[in-house]
Amino acid sequence: MSARRTVGRRLLVAVPVLAATSMGMFALGAASPYDPAEQYAGAAAFTATDENLAQLRANWGVDDPLPVQYWRWITNLVQGDLGWSITRHEPVTSVIAARAGWTLLLVGAALALVLVASLLLGTVAAYRRGGWLDRGLRAAAYAVEAMPVFWLALAAITVFALVLGWFPAGGLTDIAADGVHAGDVAHHLILPITVLAVSQAPWFLLFVRDSVADSLRDDHVLAARGRGLPGRTVLFGHALRTALLPFLTLIGTHLPELVGGAVLVETVFSLPGLGAVTVQAALGSDFPLLAAITLVTTAVVLTANLLTDLAYTAADPRVRLDG
Amino acid sequence: MPRKRRLRPLSWLRPGTRGAALAAVVLATAILACLLVPLLWPLDQSAVALDRINQPPTWTHPAGTDDLGRDVAHRTLYGLRVSLLIGAVAALVATLIGGAVGAVAGTVGGWTDRILMRIVDTVAALPHLLLGIFIVAMLRPSLGAVILSIGLTHWLSTARIVRAELLSLRTRPFIDAAISGGASRVRVLTRHLLPHVLPRMALATTLMVPHAVWHETALSFLGLGLPPHLASLGNMINDGQRSLLTGAWWASLTPGLAIVVVTLAIAAVAAHWRDRLDPRVRAELQL
Repeated sequence: MSARRTVGRRLLVAVPVLAATSMGMFALGAASPYDPAEQYAGAAAFTATDENLAQLRANWGVDDPLPVQYWRWITNLVQGDLGWSITRHEPVTSVIAARAGWTLLLVGAALALVLVASLLLGTVAAYRRGGWLDRGLRAAAYAVEAMPVFWLALAAITVFALVLGWFPAGGLTDIAADGVHAGDVAHHLILPITVLAVSQAPWFLLFVRDSVADSLRDDHVLAARGRGLPGRTVLFGHALRTALLPFLTLIGTHLPELVGGAVLVETVFSLPGLGAVTVQAALGSDFPLLAAITLVTTAVVLTANLLTDLAYTAADPRVRLDG
Repeated sequence: MPRKRRLRPLSWLRPGTRGAALAAVVLATAILACLLVPLLWPLDQSAVALDRINQPPTWTHPAGTDDLGRDVAHRTLYGLRVSLLIGAVAALVATLIGGAVGAVAGTVGGWTDRILMRIVDTVAALPHLLLGIFIVAMLRPSLGAVILSIGLTHWLSTARIVRAELLSLRTRPFIDAAISGGASRVRVLTRHLLPHVLPRMALATTLMVPHAVWHETALSFLGLGLPPHLASLGNMINDGQRSLLTGAWWASLTPGLAIVVVTLAIAAVAAHWRDRLDPRVRAELQL
């Protein structure tokens, strides 16, 4: 099946699901007990006259029928106008633009770290199956799998920031710093990136270990061994290569977990990313901001998921999606 | 299938299943403690004792006290009670939704099945913590909102399991026999298919509980779950974050350990259970 058809078929489902999600979110927002006009006015709502509030409501059209409001919201959203944040009093677009970079950096670096570490450790564990490294790694993986990421983050702060004092406990830059410097930021980000990576690592590590262990028994690996190729060449050049393919889809299916982990890690480490602002928006019931972030992130994750699947089909022509 | 097993409850203790037996004992103890703690050691949720704040673990307070002087061990038991209750109810809600979708896809088949499963795939790719946060934020943080938020985002694996099981059952001879014997669709579904699917669904529900607990504790930790004075594991870890900077690491240690221990116990029991449901596949711990 050609890539174009795959994309087309995926969109045929993804667009309605996104539309339904947005409708559900809008209905939930409309049913929520918060009055946007009063939220906008803030403390002034207590002193504002009813006429003023009514004027606000009329200006925004919040008393129009729901379908009309939804249509206005979604057409604006699609055209790139994400609305006005109630709690932050600035356009949602500028909130997202200012913060998306940090979240992408956090998630991207953590993903890269997970991939490198799990490929390396998983392969070595599979090679010496049942050895001390294999058993130790699997036990650790199960333990970490059971830990909530925010608890892991607090443990990391306790050990590495408070007891050992190697890294700062939170924030993006030093309090005394004048502006943003790469070295300072890197020093602040090492701990959050590592925590996010470790919390996601078990799935990847166990997957690589199992699939390399399987492919070590494959005919072509035995043939490579039989030809007398050195162990390292066979392991990384032959066994790991075949085991790598399904790994691609694992990345795609794990992106939602990674996003959720980023929200929690950013909150614990007080990083100025999208995750932290999501939580603030949720605490303030800021519908425009929260809905926009949720929908945009959802669309990005769905797209990334599709891309990993396309990469999978490109890498292995035998694979058919949408069978 | 399951009936025979119930006659030999001590088969848990066969050699080779000692890990599962231990996990079952741990889990049973935790559940029993959660059930009994209000009778034996009642907790005043809003009580504070400012004369003993941030005390390290001692014999009177085995897990120390938090920044309001509350006993951490005592509140952990209460938190576990709330978390397990929410986890179980939310897992049931998710199983009902997923079971219904899976049952429709697996019995109707054809295009309905294809479209439903494609929708399941897409929904599984949505960032569920974000959606959960959205649901809770719009409904005001409360018990019902948390349960709804978990139920609406965690039904996908059950839908897949139920569908796959139904599809493989449909081709089995005893179903053909029932149909040629004149059984109606409803009768085939309730008398022949459902009894086979139910154990799988129960297993899926059990494995869902840790996920529901994580989701609930994450929401509470962010301040979006249960009311902050209520002893819940997420609230306690959040409270402990305040004490952490003053060096009181014990305040969030114990509630976190409770999550880890209960999760691992559930996973080990479920792995053993899956082993017996499907002896051909050697089950691994899986969450």
